[in-house]
Amino acid sequence: MANGSDSNRRKFMATTLQSIGLTALGGFLWSGYSDEAKASPLVLRPPGALPEENFLKACIKCGLCSEACVNRESNIDKETGEQRPGTLKMAKGGDHKLIGTPFFTPRDVPCYMCDDIPCVSACPSGALNEASVTNDKGELDINKAQMGLAVVHKESCIAYWGLQCDACYRACPLIDEALTLDYQKNDRTGKHAFLLPVVHSDVCTGCGLCEKACVTEKAAIFVLPREYAMGRAGDHYVKGWDIQDQQRVGQRKMNEIETHDKRSSEAPVDYLNREIEY
Amino acid sequence: MKKVKYLLLRRVTQIGLLVLYFGANAYGWQILKGTFGSSLLFGTIPLADPYTTLQVLATGFVLGTDVLLGAAIITLFYFVIGGRAFCSWVCPINMVTDLANWLRRVLRLDKEEVNYRFLKRSARYWIMVLGLIVSAVVGVAAFEVLSPITIMQRGIIFGFGAGISVIIAIFLFDLFGVKNGWCGHLCPLGAAYSLIGSKSLIRVKHDHEACTNCMECKVVCPENQVLWMVNKESVSVTDGECTNCGRCIDVCGDNALGFSIRTMAKKQKEAAA
Repeated sequence: MANGSDSNRRKFMATTLQSIGLTALGGFLWSGYSDEAKASPLVLRPPGALPEENFLKACIKCGLCSEACVNRESNIDKETGEQRPGTLKMAKGGDHKLIGTPFFTPRDVPCYMCDDIPCVSACPSGALNEASVTNDKGELDINKAQMGLAVVHKESCIAYWGLQCDACYRACPLIDEALTLDYQKNDRTGKHAFLLPVVHSDVCTGCGLCEKACVTEKAAIFVLPREYAMGRAGDHYVKGWDIQDQQRVGQRKMNEIETHDKRSSEAPVDYLNREIEY
Repeated sequence: MKKVKYLLLRRVTQIGLLVLYFGANAYGWQILKGTFGSSLLFGTIPLADPYTTLQVLATGFVLGTDVLLGAAIITLFYFVIGGRAFCSWVCPINMVTDLANWLRRVLRLDKEEVNYRFLKRSARYWIMVLGLIVSAVVGVAAFEVLSPITIMQRGIIFGFGAGISVIIAIFLFDLFGVKNGWCGHLCPLGAAYSLIGSKSLIRVKHDHEACTNCMECKVVCPENQVLWMVNKESVSVTDGECTNCGRCIDVCGDNALGFSIRTMAKKQKEAAA
């Protein structure tokens, strides 16, 4: 009798341990797969999308944004009366983006920057944040969208070769603000001008109309997610000519700004003469 | 006709819903748009899947009120009325696994369900909880990353891509692997609906007097542990794992099974006693 209950208990313990172990195994596999599945850095999200990390938490993958995009009134071709393909696609298996999340590929269909931003209004979860595309007057303002940033590859851009092309500049919905032409002298011919497209990251929304319009075989101007297309100078660089930037450090004490290490304890002449390496 | 009444009704419902969802994207219909994760009925009433909503909440994101309200509506509907009806009347994967199960019977692959040591019917509840933990750890709705349900639904609405392989995998798993493997053992969404719907009003009722013990119902039932009372006593199927698919009612030649309302069934029992 005592033996029986003992072996029962042992069996129960073993089963429990195995169950916990297998659950842990499942958890690790599942976590690993999910973590890999959401790693799709070069993906362009709809306007108003939260920063990628939060967007992936929030998106419920319902497709309402994509449906609102394709079915908007402005998507009817005025000449043929037919509906054009929508900008926003829902990631499928094989797209190598987190499955079921909306994205767009500007070279195929760019974002046309609708005034009423139907995709953002349709989002039920808050993954597309209306506040981020609302101006001070409380109106929806698509120009505040930051879907990405256009980048020019100079070597394949024929305008940088000296050919006259301003397709991207003309296509830009924020012409002369987000994309300007820089006029420079063409020293090769001596009598022509370069008309060089230059993107301004503070205005560019990343809609991709420039990428769509680009005439080269593979677009020489293309949209990347902002965090991949932009650098960061760091807090320790101060624009001394910019009052606001100067004020950023103006209140700080000298010893907070100066670097103190072993070398700074000695006069430069002394440690240079002694050829000490720190 | 009686043999397939509820089967046909279910297929009409399942396919009808998919047609509405498809039309919402393809033709701009306003009746039912979105996907099961979150939908909009008649352009105004939000609907959302409770388990999907929980996963998103588990990531730490404070969801919009539309989704929360939608999840509350769906939860209330299945809690009060439908039971686990989502699985058999709405979910498109049900058509895949039903086909696998039917082929299993036709090909005589096996009659009895094998009781695997670590793949019991309770596994789905563990997976359901695990899904929430993984969601919290990884920061993404974990089941939605691989859910064949929404992959199939989105596939029908927006195009499958390589996602079709997930559907084929489920089919093969149920056909050659584990009988009732996906819906009956693994699916955490089904587990969630089992819990939500366990107290619902609509229930299958068994009439012991009429039963001739042919066991046809148990052969077709995808959750036949819930039919323990067949040829034993006249009670309702109150187990939340019953999907209210009505297949047992279809195949019963003795009128020993039928849908009933829970409270009425209780009264009848009292009256009989």
